[in-house]
Parts: sequence; structure tokens; C-alpha cells
Amino acid sequence: MSRAKLLSLQVMVAVVSIALWHILTTVPIFGVTVLPKFFFSTPLDVANRIVKWFVEGTIWKHLYITLLEATLAFIIGSVGGVLVGFWFARQPLVAAVFDPYVKMMNALPRVILAPIFALWLGLGIWSKVALGVTLVFFIVFFNVYQGVKEVSITVLNNARMLGMNERQLMRHVYWPSAMSWMFSSLHTSVGFAVVGAVVGEYLGSAAGLGYLIQQAEGVFDVAGVFAGMVVLAAFVVVIDMIVTMVEKRLLVWRPVAAETRT
Amino acid sequence: MHQSASAVTDAIALREVTIAFQLAEGAVYTAVEGASLSVADGEFVAIVGPTGCGKSTLLNVTAGLLSPTAGSASIFGSPLSGLNQGAGYLFQQEALFPWKTALENVAIGLEVAGAPTGEARELASQWLARVGLGGFGPRYPHMLSGGQRKRVGLAQVLIRDPKILLMDEPFGPLDAQTRQIMGNLLLDLWSADRKAVLFITHDLEEAIALSDRVVIMSAGPAARIIGDWRVPLARPRDIAEIKLDHAFHEIHREIWEMLKDEVLKGYAQTGGG
Repeated sequence: MSRAKLLSLQVMVAVVSIALWHILTTVPIFGVTVLPKFFFSTPLDVANRIVKWFVEGTIWKHLYITLLEATLAFIIGSVGGVLVGFWFARQPLVAAVFDPYVKMMNALPRVILAPIFALWLGLGIWSKVALGVTLVFFIVFFNVYQGVKEVSITVLNNARMLGMNERQLMRHVYWPSAMSWMFSSLHTSVGFAVVGAVVGEYLGSAAGLGYLIQQAEGVFDVAGVFAGMVVLAAFVVVIDMIVTMVEKRLLVWRPVAAETRT
Repeated sequence: MHQSASAVTDAIALREVTIAFQLAEGAVYTAVEGASLSVADGEFVAIVGPTGCGKSTLLNVTAGLLSPTAGSASIFGSPLSGLNQGAGYLFQQEALFPWKTALENVAIGLEVAGAPTGEARELASQWLARVGLGGFGPRYPHMLSGGQRKRVGLAQVLIRDPKILLMDEPFGPLDAQTRQIMGNLLLDLWSADRKAVLFITHDLEEAIALSDRVVIMSAGPAARIIGDWRVPLARPRDIAEIKLDHAFHEIHREIWEMLKDEVLKGYAQTGGG
């Protein structure tokens, strides 16, 4: 299918959905409004709210806070995941000892940690960063661990026969392999960094997109809730596009067929 | 123990090498038993044997990737311990670094040895040209065909100028035409400085066409070396043409007489199991 045709079909889905939303909320059918305005708002109200936010400039602060939290969560979680992943993969004993605890920690629904982080780190950005870190860390950790473990034995033997010492093996074999696994999960880990930030904000904060949605919800301002969701969705799409660009640059050596989208 | 003067200068000398693996439940599987083999400097020796006879295992001992259970390996007269640093190893499976370009793959052996990057890359691009891949430097392995990857592998190994070349069915996965082309390329490169070569293959024709000596291994387990033929064919050779030579047929028939039984034994074991 051509690019233009695909794009027009994609746009059509949005147009039809919004039109349907508009009709069902504003035009009574047999005297009954199918979607009451109070619960569903209307596309126009939501659009007006978004425009207002951007015109008044209030949204920028919230966007900035969420972006900052997500970025910090991603960086800290990734660095931690890479270090621990490498350590565990190279020290099987350590990995074996910690295995049940890692599984336990990962099985824990992260939302229940949010109150604890709020208690420990306050209502500022760091409790949200901490929540994001617990999500990002495990994704990166498992991928790096796998990446180091799954280096082909032939490639490893070849590297040894080519005269590489332990440090050079690390740099030329284990590191690139671990990175390729980490980059292939980039969409997931970046997405989870944003989830951690927004959920944290939603559960208690003074700024951010999650806070914005939570505030609107508190006063039954449905238009505000939907507007927040739309801005959040756009924000995630933009970040995902950036990740795709970064990924394309970093994984040029990979065959297209082997690309994983998680 | 008696040691002749020539044994000391042999590039590779394996003496009574036995390789056994510990299996689960305490059982022991003997892959190779009492194998003695020497390769003189500048000699091209092929080991031929049925599938699963432990040829690759024997090669890994020579490379120092595996320690023999009994017996010893000497390289140019000194006992081998640890990796055989002076040897180049061309693997059967994919061994290139997928995250490095062809050029980087070839240059890496020099770079890890401490050569400046620019110098190593310069030499690497010369080697790529020598294996017929000039201009393919910026490609990643997945953008190359199987034969092209083997060429990169060959350049990767030869750029380090190893004294010994170990090859484990390197052209096994390639199609017949590409194998012939690769064989000729190998002979061409080899004739420039005549390294000692130990070449593993299950293809008797390939073995005869390439080498000075053909060594036959019996079917495993406990595979032994059961035959050692000198190939009386003149060099330089062309792989495709030499197969039409009368002398080639003579020696092929002679060796095949012996190998045939072992191949059938090998099939019986793997097929029955």
C-alpha cells in the first residue's frame, strides 16, 4: 500500500471516531443524547481546552515536569539495569543467589510502591522518578543479562582466537551484544518511564500531566480529563518517534527481519 | 621417549590425543582416542571423516580451545597450554561480529594487538580487496552473502599473519560453485606464504583437491586416525580442473575404499540412535 493511501486511511479513522463522538454527544437521537455531555464531554470542548492550555502557556510546565521525570527514570533505570545485568551475567553465582529476589521484585505491581516512594521521597519529582526507575530497571536488566548470556559461542571463540583479552572481549563482544538487546527494548523501556512518571503524578503530586488529569477528575471536569489524555497521547507518540529514529541509527547492523518491536 | 629431529620443527604435533566428555549420570563419552598427527611447516593437511567423528574436536585441541583428556599437543616444538595464539581459526558457523562492518571485522585482529586504527583499517581494506571484496568494507555481515561472509572471515584470520591456519569445514554451508571458487581463493592466498594448514572436511574430493596429505578418521565414538595419504598432485592447482585429472581419480578411489566403510558405520550409528 502506498504511503499516501495509508496515511489518508489513518486520518480517516480519527475523523470518523471524532465525528461519531461529536454526533453522539450533541445530537439527540429519538430525543435521547446517547453520550451525556457530563460524562463524555464533546470534541469541541476538549479541543478548546487544549488550545487554551497552550495559549495560556500553563501546559508547558506540566509537560516539562513529566518529561524530566521520565528522562531521569529512563537514564537511572538504564544505567542500573546495564550494570547489574552485566554483573549477574558474568557472575553466575551472584545471579543464582539473587534470582528469587529479582523475580519477587519484578512480580510486584509497581503501583503499590508509589505511596512508599511518596512517603520516602516526598511529593516532588523524585518519588515519580523512583517509580519509573523500578519499571525501566527490570526491562533493561533482563535484556542486558540475556544479551551477555546469548553471545554466540562461535563468535566468542573467534574473538579469543583473534587475540582479544578479557577487557577487549567486554568492549567488542559482550557490550555490543548487550546494547543490541537493550536497544531492541527501547520502546518498552521509554514507554514505561513515561508510565511511571504519569502514574506517580496521578497518585500524588503538584505538577505534571498526571497531576493535570487527576485535578480535572477531582472536580468532574471531563473535558479536562480528555484534554489531558490527548496531550499525553501526543507526547508519547512524539517520544516514540524520536526513539524510532535513535534506534534506526544505533541498530544499522541488524537485518530488518530480526528487528523486534516490543 | 624418542623424538626425531623433524618432529621438533613440525608446526603441529599431536601425540596420542584422547578426548573424552563427561556426560550426565557419570557416563563418559570418548570422542577421539589415541590420535597422533603431525603437520610440517608449510604443509596443507586435510582431515576427512564421517559426520560426528570428532574431527572438529581434534581441531579445537590444536587451537587450544579444548584440553585433551590424555596425550599432548605441541606447536613448533613447544607444548601447547592455553590458546594457540599463533594460529588463525576459520569456523564453520557464522563467526563474524554482526555489529561490525566488513572492514571493522577484518581490522579488529590488528586493533586488539595494538595497531593504530588508521593503519589497521588501511591494511584491512587491502585484505578485503585481496579476497575480492574491495568496496564492500562498509557493509555489515547481514548485507553479505554466505560466500562473501566466508571471504571476510578468511581476511579476518589472514590479516594477523598466523603461522598456522586451522579450518573447520569452512566452506561447508556454501553451494558447490561457491565452494570451488573459495577453494581456489584459499589455495591462491596460501601459495603466497605457505602456512601450515589443518583443514577439516567431510568432502573427500575437496580434501584431495586442496591438500598435500589426507588423513582419514574412523567413525566415532572413540574415533581414531586410520589412514594417511600423500596427494601426488602438482601445484599450482585449479580445483575444478584437477578433478578431471587421472591421478586424482586414482587416489580418490584408493581412499574412498577405506572411507566408505567408515561412512556407513557412521550412518548406522547416527541413523540407529
